[in-house]
Amino acid sequence: MSDRVSVAKTYKLYIDGKFPRSESGRTYPVTDAEGGFLANASHASRKDVRDAVSAARKAFGGWSGATAYNRGQVLYRVAEVLEGRREQFAAEVAACEGVPTADAMCTVDAAVDRWVWYAGWTDKIASVLGAANPVAGPYFSFTVPEPTGVVGVLAPQSSSLLGLVSVLAPVVATGCTAVVVSSADRPLPAITLSEVLATSDVPGGVVNVLTGRADELGPWLASHADVNAIDPTGASAESRVDIAQQASGTVKRVLTVPGDEPDWTRRPDISRLRRYLEAKTVWHPKGT
Amino acid sequence: MSVWEYAPAPESRDLANLRPNYRPFVDGEFVDGGGDPLTSLNPATEEPLAEVGTASESDVDAAVRAARRAFEQVWGPMPGAERAKYLFRIARLLQERARELAVLETLDNGKPIKESRDSDVPTAAAHFFYHAGWADKLDYAGYGPDPQPLGVAGQIIPWNFPLLMLAWKIAPALATGNTVVLKPAETTPLSALVFAEICQQAGLPAGVVNIVPGAGDVGSLLVRHPGIDKIAFTGSTAVGKEIQHAVAGTPKRLTLELGGKAANVVFDDAPLDQAVEGIVGGIFFNQGHVCCAGSRLLVQESVAEELLGKLRARVSTLRLGDPLDKNTDIGAINSAEQLAKIRELTASGEDEGAERWTSPCELPERGFYFAPTVLSGVEQSMRVAREEIFGPVLSVLTFRTPDEAVTKANNTPYGLSAGLWTEKGSRILWLADRMRAGVVWANTFNRFDPAAPFGGYQESGFGREGGRTGLEAYLHV
Repeated sequence: MSDRVSVAKTYKLYIDGKFPRSESGRTYPVTDAEGGFLANASHASRKDVRDAVSAARKAFGGWSGATAYNRGQVLYRVAEVLEGRREQFAAEVAACEGVPTADAMCTVDAAVDRWVWYAGWTDKIASVLGAANPVAGPYFSFTVPEPTGVVGVLAPQSSSLLGLVSVLAPVVATGCTAVVVSSADRPLPAITLSEVLATSDVPGGVVNVLTGRADELGPWLASHADVNAIDPTGASAESRVDIAQQASGTVKRVLTVPGDEPDWTRRPDISRLRRYLEAKTVWHPKGT
Repeated sequence: MSVWEYAPAPESRDLANLRPNYRPFVDGEFVDGGGDPLTSLNPATEEPLAEVGTASESDVDAAVRAARRAFEQVWGPMPGAERAKYLFRIARLLQERARELAVLETLDNGKPIKESRDSDVPTAAAHFFYHAGWADKLDYAGYGPDPQPLGVAGQIIPWNFPLLMLAWKIAPALATGNTVVLKPAETTPLSALVFAEICQQAGLPAGVVNIVPGAGDVGSLLVRHPGIDKIAFTGSTAVGKEIQHAVAGTPKRLTLELGGKAANVVFDDAPLDQAVEGIVGGIFFNQGHVCCAGSRLLVQESVAEELLGKLRARVSTLRLGDPLDKNTDIGAINSAEQLAKIRELTASGEDEGAERWTSPCELPERGFYFAPTVLSGVEQSMRVAREEIFGPVLSVLTFRTPDEAVTKANNTPYGLSAGLWTEKGSRILWLADRMRAGVVWANTFNRFDPAAPFGGYQESGFGREGGRTGLEAYLHV
């Protein structure tokens, strides 16, 4: 053991490709599973939600308009950078979730693999969900899936990295942009993930990460007119009702999610991708 | 120039087999509804057509219980291939009774007979025929092996295409193994109750389809009923939001097909005469009572005057009058209430500075009619550019560049449909990518087919009807 004093990291929000503190100036202490102090995290506010939503909206045109191949490469690049930070993530997951480092490392590996799985979907999902429609007339009619827009993601409270990746990767793989509220008590892997995103080729604003309370910020996301869909996974049962009601004000898509956190190690299917996609049907006459 | 008058060509009202009384259909039987009966009017003449029994809370309850029983004991366990044969039967019976249904629909709704005859009824039959084939092929629909139905679906449909909206709702629900309780619109319940008779003729097991007429209160009972697994609603965005709010926090699944304010975008290289036909069809079809109507015409500035001239000339030739006359292009507005709304919104356009042009056609003395109207010089801030009028009123705006066209077209909380008119293929595809709308018609408008998914982005709702995509609305996926 050397006598060197380590440099403690300041954990901040991630909005529009930058790392601001909460405009509210609020912070809250983050502890490890035994209650030991880890860091002070920014406690995001309604104003931070609004900034994050406007960044996500601004980024939507470019991200959704990028080719699927390009999005796939950018997301694969994220996995590469994640892989390079395995030790750091494992340490943070172990501290936050109170699991042995070896288990945490397995979780990190699963998270990297999950990210790779979704990265590969970007240029395939349209051929799986799209169609040429055999209509009864002289028309060419086809249906393509398109990203629904800005998605508010209330990340799982327990699974700080694998759960987070499992709910975030499908959002960005479809071409949507995201405003994520991390696990409140276990936010460190989420902030480190935003550093990965910032140093990959993901354009600023495509993913915005807020640390704070899902039950406090969820209803603001759900009532925001520039949010198109919301995943209430990280909200409490009571708050989910409020969120779903708020969402009706602008006809948002609200994900149906299980009451308790699912087993995130289970192999995913494409249902999360499907939830963030709108079917667009295009018609053109033939022969005239 | 001499004018060639059309001779009257009325379809016979007798074909509708109109009866003085219609009753709710619960558990395979027509029952006396416990609600206050309503009188359905002929909007073309304001005369009463028939008295219709409505459902009370206990009738809704009985219908839901019957649907649950049918789902658990008969329809759910039945092999898909057998379910399919009932749907094929229904499709054929709709075709066989097409004349009767078309005349009945026109009497009850006010739409021109040529539309109910050539569009509503045949497309309704096509929906049953298409979905019948899916019933035993769901393993191939892309939702994994043996996808499961949701259970009992509560379905609430609007008055603009009464039978067709019923088909859009019931056909996919039954094909996927669900049973239904459907509420037709208050002003147009008749064809749904004749459909109930068709279910009997087809030998459809009791309880699989239940029809509960009534007003919004009956819809509300359905939405709040704990025995219902899924709500499917087509109607206004305002009511859709109320339903989404009511369903929030319950396990009920929901799909919504709501309002729209579609842009119909015309570029200077478009074939203008063809575009004029598409614009006219896009906004005046079914008196503009169409959620995907092309109600905002966006025309490139350089051809705006020429296009407006051609448009007014063409609209002047539209024949407004007796919906039963086979030459009628524009029928009656469905209700006094809707007529008042159209008048109010159109007047607001004039007040806010739009220029109003109205077709010089004569209006019948009785009945609810509104002459085709074009508002030009419309700005994006005006109510007539933002709110759904749901009537034969077109708002005309202009643009200069393709980017401006995209921005203006997407400047709405809705997102149901869009129209594009240009001869340039690459521009069509570029624009089609950028329209935030669930249906894009390029060099055509208002095309519908059971094989083509239909539904909206944003506040035009969620979920799709038609195609493989549409099956998702009724499956556990």
